[in-house]
Amino acid sequence: MNCSEAEVLIHALIDGELDAGHARDVEAHVATCPDCARKLAAFRELRRTMSVADLKEKAPASLRARIEAALPLPPAPARATGAVVVPAPVLAARRFNRRFFVGGFALGTALSGAVAATLVLGVLNDDRQQRIAGEVVTAHLRSLQPGHLTDVETSDRHTVKPWFNGKLDVAPPVVDLTAQGFTLIGGRLDDVNGETAAAIVYRRRNHVINLFVAPAQGARQQEPASQTRHGFNVLHWQENGLDFWAVSDIAAGELDEFAQKFRAALQPSPAPS
Amino acid sequence: MSDDGDADRTRRFREAALPHLDDVFTLARYLMRDRADAEDAVQECFLRALRHFDSYRGPAMKPWLLAILRNVCKAEFARRAVQPAPPERTEEELAADDPSPWQEPQLSPEAELLRRHDDEAIRRLVASLPQPFRETIVLRDINDLSYRDIAEMLRVPVGTVMSRLARARAMLRARWTLEQGSAP
Repeated sequence: MNCSEAEVLIHALIDGELDAGHARDVEAHVATCPDCARKLAAFRELRRTMSVADLKEKAPASLRARIEAALPLPPAPARATGAVVVPAPVLAARRFNRRFFVGGFALGTALSGAVAATLVLGVLNDDRQQRIAGEVVTAHLRSLQPGHLTDVETSDRHTVKPWFNGKLDVAPPVVDLTAQGFTLIGGRLDDVNGETAAAIVYRRRNHVINLFVAPAQGARQQEPASQTRHGFNVLHWQENGLDFWAVSDIAAGELDEFAQKFRAALQPSPAPS
Repeated sequence: MSDDGDADRTRRFREAALPHLDDVFTLARYLMRDRADAEDAVQECFLRALRHFDSYRGPAMKPWLLAILRNVCKAEFARRAVQPAPPERTEEELAADDPSPWQEPQLSPEAELLRRHDDEAIRRLVASLPQPFRETIVLRDINDLSYRDIAEMLRVPVGTVMSRLARARAMLRARWTLEQGSAP
């Protein structure tokens, strides 16, 4: 890590927004760089001062009353919040309509954009995902030891898929991608994040691809996101209630292609195969 | 929709949104500078939020309200922009106005800052920061939003939030140092 990277990342460190790995990197840099160490100390102090100082403004009671008046409740049960009650119409419209009613402002667009905005995460605190990525790489390395790659060795998906039956809580999808350049060579049970996961093994030229499949926490869909750990490419995505982790030493682009083909093969085809 | 439904919706909205009034007002104060403008913006924000409450699915209520508030303020600035605005400047140019983001102070300005507890001075210096650095540091250090919330709100990558925050804090610290240097 160099100083200009550290200069940005020390703030994320102070704010507790770095994952453990990057926090260690920043701390290691700071330990050997007096200049950055001084900055870290100074900005920590600044941050602390700002959190001690009373920088948040309190909305005036009159504003609170105006807003509450604009959000009327049925008169029945007393829901008074203790704020001064001001007759609504007098204050509510103050200069507001004239000055702020800007027609055609596309709030809806802005909001859905905000929700849909994709984040470039990279270094941020996502401890669970980071830890699991580390684990799947370890599991991948373990699988490359002699005799560990497959429990069931066959290129026939109709053999691999039933083999998993009863061994897992889920039925991992198994597809044959030989025609697309990824040869199915078998499957095995593995261990990811303390839970049993299916590992489906493919080969691309002389490279092994492990695809780990485990039940997802939560049911959301997540498009593939790639990262590199210890020189291996890791691709994670989530769909249909399953977590998928593809790990290999093939190029990131090829691993992307693998994920694409795999996912495409799972789409229901018009005619039974 | 029935009156009962409306009333229920309003009640749910009040319970969810009113606790964040101070946060919304705080951001409005830093964005609008003028107090009456800030109050108007906050009121408009709550009315818009109520109108869109049915389609609200998240994020958390606070960043959602702050995003609406920011949109209200932006729209207001756009409406006012009748007189020619100063040419758009890049963040680098803005940052270059602060040629000494890092000066070695004789005294530790933070110690001084801490000792004096000069809330008003910090507030004034934060308010003096150019956009977009001002809103970034306010959202992080005063409204207490996470980097991710800020990124979603501003619709920029998290990396951009991080670099703006680093610049904002460096500028704030430099201004403080300068002020201390020129103080009697």
